[in-house]
Amino acid sequence: MKALRKYMDKVKPQFMPGGRLQKLQSVYDGMETFLFTPNTTSQSGAHIHDGNDLKRTMITVVVALLPCLLFGMYNIGYQHYLSIGQADASFWSMFVYGLVAMLPCIVVSYAVGLGIEFIGAQIHHKEIQEGFLVSGILIPLIVPINTPLWMVAVATAFVVIFAKEVFGGTGMNIFNVALVTRAFLFFAYPSHMSGDKAFVKTDTAFGLGDGTVADTFTGATPLGQIATHVGDTLQLNNVVGEPISTCDAFMGLIAGSPGETSMVAILIGAAILLLTGVASWRIMCSVFAGGLAMGALVHAFATPAYAASLLDPLSQLCYGGFAFAAVFMATDPVTGARTHIGQYVYGFLIGVFAILIRVYNGGYPEGAMLAVLLMNAFAPLIDHCVVSFNIKRRLGRVAAK
Amino acid sequence: MAIIRLKKGYDLNLKGRIVDPAIGEASTSELYAIVPDDFTGLTPRMDKREGERVRAGEPLFHDKTYDQIKVTSPVSGVVKEVRRGLRRHIDAIVIAPDNQANVVTHDTNGDVRSVLLESGLWAMLRQRPYDIVPSPDVRPRDIVVTGFDSAPLAPDLLLVLGDDKQYINKGVEVLHGLTDGNVYLGFKPGNELEVDGAVVNTFRGPHPAGNAGVQLANVKPVNKGEVVWTLDIVTLARIGRLFSTGQVSHDTIVALTGECVDTPHYVRATMGCQMRSLLGDLDPSDTRIISGNVLSGYRVEADGFLRAPYRHVTVIPEVAKPDEFMGWASLCPSRFSIYRTFTSWLTGKREVSMDARVKGGERAIVRTDEYDDMLPMDIYAEFLIKAIITFDIDKMEQLGVYEIAPEDFALAEYACTSKLELQRIVREGLDRLRNEMC
Repeated sequence: MKALRKYMDKVKPQFMPGGRLQKLQSVYDGMETFLFTPNTTSQSGAHIHDGNDLKRTMITVVVALLPCLLFGMYNIGYQHYLSIGQADASFWSMFVYGLVAMLPCIVVSYAVGLGIEFIGAQIHHKEIQEGFLVSGILIPLIVPINTPLWMVAVATAFVVIFAKEVFGGTGMNIFNVALVTRAFLFFAYPSHMSGDKAFVKTDTAFGLGDGTVADTFTGATPLGQIATHVGDTLQLNNVVGEPISTCDAFMGLIAGSPGETSMVAILIGAAILLLTGVASWRIMCSVFAGGLAMGALVHAFATPAYAASLLDPLSQLCYGGFAFAAVFMATDPVTGARTHIGQYVYGFLIGVFAILIRVYNGGYPEGAMLAVLLMNAFAPLIDHCVVSFNIKRRLGRVAAK
Repeated sequence: MAIIRLKKGYDLNLKGRIVDPAIGEASTSELYAIVPDDFTGLTPRMDKREGERVRAGEPLFHDKTYDQIKVTSPVSGVVKEVRRGLRRHIDAIVIAPDNQANVVTHDTNGDVRSVLLESGLWAMLRQRPYDIVPSPDVRPRDIVVTGFDSAPLAPDLLLVLGDDKQYINKGVEVLHGLTDGNVYLGFKPGNELEVDGAVVNTFRGPHPAGNAGVQLANVKPVNKGEVVWTLDIVTLARIGRLFSTGQVSHDTIVALTGECVDTPHYVRATMGCQMRSLLGDLDPSDTRIISGNVLSGYRVEADGFLRAPYRHVTVIPEVAKPDEFMGWASLCPSRFSIYRTFTSWLTGKREVSMDARVKGGERAIVRTDEYDDMLPMDIYAEFLIKAIITFDIDKMEQLGVYEIAPEDFALAEYACTSKLELQRIVREGLDRLRNEMC
């Protein structure tokens, strides 16, 4: 490490004002603080500080996302080989296929997002902030695998600039960055974001996975099938027309966005977030509670006119992006409610709205994204109400005298 | 006597605790100094010039607004130097002692208020709101006396009291003459004293349970327009002693703590003495000497002086691990955090080593709950801090700015993931607010 430190010290003057590479000062500072904990000591107030910082917090979320990422890669390969009739392909060939299929999307997301953040930091002469570390991995996990890379690039650029930097960067945004990316894609390029072609990659990825698609192939996700369903009895199928159960959805071997399919992987991530205390258990639990409550309600009034109401409440939680949104999106501390009581309300309403939109709005097969974004907008109002109770209590003390 | 349970907060278990409560003697201090900044809210106007003789207990300076408020010399001797900083700000008043017991004796039969003001003990009191030296023309609603210090490595105040314990009852009697309300005394469990005339409460819980503001907030919070005085039990005993003997005691017992002190122990010393007389010749190169506790004490140089409240010194390493490689990714349990994002929680509650590094860059407030979990008051800390930063006076009042002092946010500042300087924010906010309101 000494050699690295020496090298960093050696090249430092070039990046300082007046140096040859002064336009990259933020990048250098970012690298330096990434590699070495700064030696700066406290100048006012408390003389000691906790070891935790935002880098650690963000990286913990990334670690919690890894099970979803790895399973997502495997599932992309699994769905691919299933659809070309080679369901007996080995684990590794499926995983490697998924890996190479997903990698470009991850690279594009990080390159575009971090690139813009670096430029922004340099313009404002600020430190590079860590927020996009998480957004950059969330984006590939929630966009359909067949989304063209240029769309991902356009959406990421749009969102980093207009949903984050204009508000003041990390910690200041009103809406969840990754979800705005998804929403941007959803409304700008709807044909690529839903339907039969979006969620299962059937062509080759860098020459891997060659094969002809089976005749029985249909790439619709379970919720996509529900949206177009007619009739009294609901039977969901996998990509080659075989029936699937809620158990399959729990394990995650169904069609969908890479990160959202496996309840198991999501629950591992949830355990990491809750154990480390990074995410609010109040929000997470109340989203599930809201989803269950609303799911039970719509199921009690099940009608073929709204096929999604035929699903029982537990299946509602397992299909689609509900669980992923509950664990990783709703718990975003920046855009969520900040008071404890507010967090219960905020989470519960996300759960309710997600199911409500999913069941009763034919235009959107899945409601989790819109529910979280909607409640992002309402979170400050919820907090305002909770805080005003505190203010009233304080004023009441004077009046009571 | 009520037991009040406080759940929020955290007890940092730092290295350098005092094991043996035996009290040693400090070596002779060649100089003494009073730092006017210790008496928040006062603007000093000098009573003594350089070279003038001063007796112990004789005023060194008075306040510009209320010239009755006086700060006195802890020793008898000669004013050697009035150290000035930027814009002629008085940094310290240095006194060369003549080692004579030349102490001012007060006639305590007069008005309690004027005796306190003249003796210099008034300047040791604080008032909510604003956490400043109280103005003499206001009668406080109540008076809160803290009977223990809960900060990391803090001294046992009942031990610091020493022989003055006998004067506590007298002190409470004096305070009753100054307020129509109650005199509240807060103790930690197992360390209660029975005191006549005072309302005694026991506070069970982690730091900051010992803070006056926290005790007050959980007994009877301050409202807008009300004034409450706060002091610690050591000052209370000093007041009692003044009214019993006519003299102010400037002797104190100081806890020398922290991992850079060879054997942490208590010493008997005099207010404003040199750090060197307490610590000996400590290698100052990579240590930080703090007069007070690690959370809200003052940083002093090796040739500096003991500062108010004259009872605690902590010495910690400045940078324990220079150029720590990828510290944010560390899996090593020795990198201590109160959060479970690091592995230190796996090793249980052990004594930890902390240096003065900030360990991260300043960021916008991202994590929620952190401040609230460290502040056992009915206050939405994060919202209050944001109101102070934006200086929205209405919001600050509504969210309880009159109830807080910077020290109440010290633990939150330690815990803050975004590394904000909360105590500075609160102090500046309170000062600005006072300017607007007066």
